[in-house]
Amino acid sequence: MRPVKPEPLLAVRNLSKHYPLRHWWGGKSSVFRAVEDVSFDIAPGETLGLVGESGSGKSTIGRAVTMLNPPSAGTVAFEGTDLSRLPAPEMRRMRRRIQVIFQDPYAALNPRMSAGAYVAEPFRLHRPEMGSAERRDAVAGLFQRVGLDPRFSGRYPHQFSGGQRQRLCIARAIALKPSFIVADEPIAALDVSIQAQVVNLLQDLQEELGLSYLFISHDLRMVRYLCHRVAVLRRGRIVELADSDTLYENPRHPYTRALLGAVPVPDPAAERARLRATREAPAVAIPEAGPLQEIAPGHWVAQAVGA
Amino acid sequence: MTASPPLLDVRDLAVAFDSDGGTVHAVNGVTYALREGETLGIVGESGSGKSVHVLAMLGLVPRPPGRITSGQVDFEGRDLLAMPERLLRRVRGAEIGMVFQDPMSSLNPAMTVGAQIAEPLLLHRGLDASSARARARDLLDLVRIPDAGRRLDLYPHEFSGGQRQRVMIAIGLACRPKLLIADEATTALDVTVQAEIVALVQELKREIGMAIVWITHDLGVVAGIADTVQVMYAGRIVERGPVDAVFSDPRNAYTLGLLRSLPDLSRGRAGRQRLRQIEGSPPDMRHPPPGDPFAARNPYATPRCRAEAPPLAQVAGSVPGHLAAAWYDLPALLKQGAGR
Repeated sequence: MRPVKPEPLLAVRNLSKHYPLRHWWGGKSSVFRAVEDVSFDIAPGETLGLVGESGSGKSTIGRAVTMLNPPSAGTVAFEGTDLSRLPAPEMRRMRRRIQVIFQDPYAALNPRMSAGAYVAEPFRLHRPEMGSAERRDAVAGLFQRVGLDPRFSGRYPHQFSGGQRQRLCIARAIALKPSFIVADEPIAALDVSIQAQVVNLLQDLQEELGLSYLFISHDLRMVRYLCHRVAVLRRGRIVELADSDTLYENPRHPYTRALLGAVPVPDPAAERARLRATREAPAVAIPEAGPLQEIAPGHWVAQAVGA
Repeated sequence: MTASPPLLDVRDLAVAFDSDGGTVHAVNGVTYALREGETLGIVGESGSGKSVHVLAMLGLVPRPPGRITSGQVDFEGRDLLAMPERLLRRVRGAEIGMVFQDPMSSLNPAMTVGAQIAEPLLLHRGLDASSARARARDLLDLVRIPDAGRRLDLYPHEFSGGQRQRVMIAIGLACRPKLLIADEATTALDVTVQAEIVALVQELKREIGMAIVWITHDLGVVAGIADTVQVMYAGRIVERGPVDAVFSDPRNAYTLGLLRSLPDLSRGRAGRQRLRQIEGSPPDMRHPPPGDPFAARNPYATPRCRAEAPPLAQVAGSVPGHLAAAWYDLPALLKQGAGR
């Protein structure tokens, strides 16, 4: 018997984001297709990785599914509710459940707001009934939860290191007990020695709070480690989607292969061998991506267009 | 064994920055040498001094607030730190090529790519305009930019990010330098483009034979291209040696921590463990701790580590030239299973 598939937390269908390109002389206008016909699900407690090169549409998808920058077409169903049709007041309520963490925590923080006030802000906006003592306790609990000393709550952003600032952003993101977090390159700006701390924290929070993540990253090593399933984007389209072991061990799309084959290995003999092999390998043409085809259960690969 | 003098000889280099919050001791007692044709990978995080010490030796640290508080840097026997700016500028353009992280801010947006590649040739090599242009076209060819002759007359924004970085390499190589310094030269690039740039630099090295200092935070890139790797932390060299020895037998706990914190690309999700993270944050360099700057984060630290900074010294039981700054015996501690 097949196990019953759990209802997805997030169901994205045929999502597109187009930007009109107008010429300055007002002549014929065209359209830039940043994201084109993208569909995926995220299950409760699941991490979906979104990888691809700059300009492939990763961040655009992250901003579209959270309605920070709504899609041009397609639906984004969160627990069965289509967010793109949600009136503003209801979307505001929905925002408690959907949070975003960005690459640059310093840009996300307000330099003149203390760390404690920053983490408390969601309570003030969404839980006005909370008393100040209760709020203070909740903030202290969040500080502890993300590995920050609650005594630092009076400090300002510039008094924290990059990793601590990202912890502050994470504390604020989990304040209202969301079920879904979009993490857009959350470790890209951090030092190598801090990245593992933040990834471990994200993982611990997922276990404790049952969170789902959309993890947008160009760090293919971390994506394999952290993500249950991975979608590979190229020029706004998904070229391959599979559970992460399948994708990394048996990549089927030439673009996925090129991407994985380019990751340097921190082992001198292995890395020199990889460089040699790359040098001798013939260049592979990468076809334009068409519709996805399920080549094995859960393993989707884009068909070549015009091949 | 021939003992030819090193191409670059850095001795006891120290750099400080004066700020409102106090003096930042960014580089402390950095000493190393680079042979002709050698590729040195320098690994470290922000604030480790990996970039600042190079800028300082090339006279590119603004003074004030920067100050070189000690040291001597001999390039082919001439002390760069004692050299007048006029001569140093010549060394920078002609004998030491430089490639930085962000080609868009290093390139002049209002000048054609061809003119920018030709500039050092006109300035330092005394070429006339037409031969400089011909040489610029050869250089664009060399860095594998297709249709080089036509693209000389284009502006930087008309090139992709990877191509702009190739143009920077072409400028860095224009005068056939003996040393190319690349500071996070592929960090902003996509992984496939990074792979192309790394392959290109290796090919050029085979053709031209220059020495390379490759500064990065990416241990993978260093593993593939470096002869020697040098790990920096809090303004000091904490470990240095032949790349195979340092990666397979690290003796400083920070080096080990960096290598261990990387997840394995070939390991599946089944049975995986938490990432082995390095605890804490780098020290505040305005108030560096006494002793080993990594001691506060080091599970293997001894009381002596907190009191006294360890010297960078030859490692017992490893290959010659494998140096580490550590009071503890890391292999012995690992065997005992301490600090796991």
